[in-house]
Formats: sequence, C-alpha cells, structure tokens
Amino acid sequence: MAIYDARRRRSKFFLGLCYACVFIGLGWLAVILGTLLFEGFRKISLAVFTQMTPPPGADGGLLNAITGSVIMTALGVAIGTPLGMLAGTYMAEYGRHSKLTVIVRFINDILLSAPSIVIGLFIYEVMVVRMGHFSALAGAVSLAVIVVPVVVRTTEDMLLLVPDSLREAASALGLPRSIVIHKVAYRAARAGLVTGVLLAVARISGETAPLLFTALNNQFFSTNLNAPMSSLPAVIFQFALSPYTEWQQLAWTGALLITLAVLALSITARVLQSQRPAK
Amino acid sequence: MTGINNVPNLNEIPNRGPVPNLGGAPNRDDVPNLGGAPEETPSAEPSPQPESPPKVSMGTDLNLEEKVRVRNLNFYYGDSLALKNVSVPIYANKVTAFIGPSGCGKSTLLRVLNRMYDLYPKQRAEGEVLLDGVNILRREQDLNLLRARVGMVFQKPTPFPMSIHDNIAFGLKLYEKLSRQELADRVEAALVRAALWGEVKDKLSASGLSLSGGQQQRLCIARTVALQPEVILLDEPCSALDPISTAKIEETIDELKANYTIAIVTHNMQQAARVSELTAFMYLGELIEFGPTAQIFTAPENKQTQNYITGRFG
Repeated sequence: MAIYDARRRRSKFFLGLCYACVFIGLGWLAVILGTLLFEGFRKISLAVFTQMTPPPGADGGLLNAITGSVIMTALGVAIGTPLGMLAGTYMAEYGRHSKLTVIVRFINDILLSAPSIVIGLFIYEVMVVRMGHFSALAGAVSLAVIVVPVVVRTTEDMLLLVPDSLREAASALGLPRSIVIHKVAYRAARAGLVTGVLLAVARISGETAPLLFTALNNQFFSTNLNAPMSSLPAVIFQFALSPYTEWQQLAWTGALLITLAVLALSITARVLQSQRPAK
Repeated sequence: MTGINNVPNLNEIPNRGPVPNLGGAPNRDDVPNLGGAPEETPSAEPSPQPESPPKVSMGTDLNLEEKVRVRNLNFYYGDSLALKNVSVPIYANKVTAFIGPSGCGKSTLLRVLNRMYDLYPKQRAEGEVLLDGVNILRREQDLNLLRARVGMVFQKPTPFPMSIHDNIAFGLKLYEKLSRQELADRVEAALVRAALWGEVKDKLSASGLSLSGGQQQRLCIARTVALQPEVILLDEPCSALDPISTAKIEETIDELKANYTIAIVTHNMQQAARVSELTAFMYLGELIEFGPTAQIFTAPENKQTQNYITGRFG
C-alpha cells in the first residue's frame, strides 16, 4: 500500500507540474492576445479601412497597407503554389523511389526553416539591386520563396496519405498516370492540399523581414508592382517603433487585423482538415 | 433482382452449396469443417458437384479456348523469388480460381497478368504471359491498353472519391466518345451487371464512399465491367465482406463469365469450389496442381493439394 501511495503522490506532483507548464505557456499567449485585442479594438473605425497611413501627428487609416498586403500575399501565393504543388507531386508520385526526391526533400526542409530575413536579403540582391529600386514584385517573389517549401511539404505529405490501393485501382482501369494523379489522387487529397495553401498564406501574411528588403514601404496608395508598396507588417514595424501615439495606435490596429486574418485562415484550415476522414 | 435484393440472396446461399456453415463463417471455419473429420470429406464434396458436373465435363478437354497462357514465369520482389517457373493456362469464359496459403504467390501471379507490379520499380517478371498469343511482358506493351483489356478488382473496395455515376463514367469517358445518354446507358448496364443498379439507381450522384462495403465492392466490379475488358482479375474480392455481400458477388461472377474470362484469387476454398470451373493450387511460389475444380477438390493428384484442401495446413 505504501508503494501505491507513493506512486499516487508522485503522479499528483507531476500532474501538477504539467498543469503549471500549460498555464505558463498559455498564460503568456492569453496576455498577448488580450493586450492586442484591447489595444487593437480601442481605435478601430471605418477610417482604418478607408484612409491612407497618415503623417506623424495626424489621423489616418491603413488602406494602402491592407491593399499592399493583399496584393503581395496573393501574388506570392499565385507564384509559389504552382511551383510547390508540382514539386510535391513529383516527389510523391513520379519520383517516389528516386534519389532526387530524397535530396529535394532535405533541401526543402532546410528552406522551410530558413530565416525569412535571409530570403529577403537574397531577393534584395537578386532583384532589387538589379532593378535599381524596391518594388512590390520583389516583395511578392520573396513571399513566394517562403510559400514554396510549405506547399511542397504539405503536397507531398497529403499525396503520400492517399492509399496506394486507390492508385492501383485507377491504374487497373487503364488510366494513364497523369489522370490517376489529377483526377483521383488530387481529389482524394483535396482538403489537405487546400489546407497547405491556407497555412502558407497564414505564414506569409505576417512576414516583415523579407518585405523590408524588397517592397520597402509606401506612404501612399499604390498598385504599381514596379514601385515600392506598403504592407501591414512593414507599417506595423515602422509605426510601432515611432514616438507618435497615433502611429502606435495604428500599429496595434494593424497587428489585430493580421492576427484575426491568420486566425480565420487557421480555423478554415482546421475545419477542412477535420472533414477529410469523414468524407 | 432490383427491389428485394436481400431476400433471394439469403435463400440462395444454401442452394449454392449444401455445406451448412457457409453463410455464417466465410473463411476459416470452413477449413476445420473439412479437415477435422477427413472421412467426412466425401460428404462435404457434393457442394461443388451439384452445380459443377456439366461444366466440368466441358472443362476436362472440350471447348476450352485458351485466353491467357502463363509460361515459365519467375517473379522477383527485389532479390526474393516469389514465383518459381509457373506455367498455367486461363481459359476463355471460364472462372479459374487460384488457391493456396498466404504468401504462396497467387496474388502476385494475378498482378503479373495486368502488369500491376510495374508501378513498383523493384518488382520484375521473367518468362512469358501470352494474352491471345501476344506476350504482354514484352517491353513495348502499352500498359494502359493492357489494363483496359485486363481489368482488376482488389481485396479492399476502392471507390474513387467521386459520385457513384462518375466512378464508372470516369474511366469510360477516357476511352470512348459517348453522348450523355450513351454514357448513362453504359453506366446503368455496368451497374446492372454488377447487381448494384437496384440499390443505387436513385442516388447516382451520391458519393461512392457513402455505400456499404459490399456495395462499394460491386461498384468496383461495375467500374471494371464498364470498360468491357476481356479478362477480369479478382484479388480476394470478398475477403472484406459479409456473407450476404459475398453471395451477391459470387452471383455476379456467375453472370459475368458468360462474357468475360475470370481469374479469382481466394482464401476461401468453398468459394473456389462454388464459383470456379478450374482451380490452380499454389504453394511457396510454385504451381502445384491445376485442373477442373471438381477434380482438384475431390481427387487431387498431389499430396500437398490434398493436405491443403482438407485443411491440414495453410
């Protein structure tokens, strides 16, 4: 009985430690989110979505930054997704047994965890320096470079989850490989593939470092891809570090907008993923 | 056939084979029943016989047209030899059953017949497999055309993640230019052939995955039949199914053999006895004995065959 009691005491002790860790971990998150919500919602208004970023000391909004973020994120995903999908498809379908796949997977994993500032510097060297000026296009390309490894990874993983029996069944009907892949394997993995893209969007929508080196920032509304473009992260970076309270307030609001957008994407991705087995 | 599907089939199970435990326990229990009392074997044998005699008399010599001829086939998974010098004919419009213990190579043999193994780089076959006299193992064989001629149904039902209609129409559309109406007719014909039409005709747009296991398997058969292959390979098509679904599929096989050449791999010897005219017994990668089903089950020439049939091993 003594042994049993000792075990119970030990169990309670470690369970207590576990709860403490959870509390500490989630506690900070709650504090951060709470502050963000409080500060962000304090001054949110229609003006945020209709006016440009103001000069110091004036009131304004984030319209140019929001537009810029949407444009560059969309373009980055549009460039990165096909590349990532095709590479992932090669790895999971055609090159499953080839050495190239092993090498690509290894490099891709490195790219996946590469600091985004390095990617920003790389695009700065390759595009900004050659073009002679900062541009939204360079920003979009640097975001695309971040998108690619994420999409490669999820595409490969999701396609590998499609049972081989399904591919065999389709092949047994005399369907060529390409049809087996895009009519059967893609369809079976659809929710997972979409999830991968959504997660990639979530990942890049908060990226600051690569944009600072490529798209820079723009105080005015611009849709010109060949010119510097504003973006929420860059504006937050600039405004939060400034001494002006109006700017700091807008930075809070911008941070809130990004957080809510990423939250919405993550929830959508979760919902899509949870639907998969039920289907 | 359509509305009250279960009832006739339930009745049919006892008709098809008098062995009492057929319906209740599809797989393993059959074996002890045969093997536990060897002297009972003759009394258990009438099961193949009542429906077999006319076919067997055809089966022995006459009227056999060779559709596929496997000749000196060796098969390798990497370095391990899975089929050893196998030679066996498969006759047109007959059902040929491949039986034998797990790992004996019967599924492997089936996967050679449509070159399914080609999907995997480390698997290779040596020897000849003649389909209508043409060696399908030759390098320049077009695999897609081969597989359209030699259809296959797998152990686990594998409906595609699309509607019931599309599951069947999908393969068809790739090979034939059909109007909407023709397509609908072909889909219906295939579902009727696979004895599934009555159960799904009102929900063709429902997902193929929403069907029960037995229905899914018949959908897979319909999908294969729709392409009008010449040979249909069935790789343990009933092993994941309950006895009622099994009975329906066996009924389907019975109807299909009028138009197709069928090769079936099965662990269930009762099933082999019920559905096939010819049986091949395989063991450890070798073909031990091949002959008319009734003969294999009543008077096997080989000791190993007899041991397996009577449940002494395997």
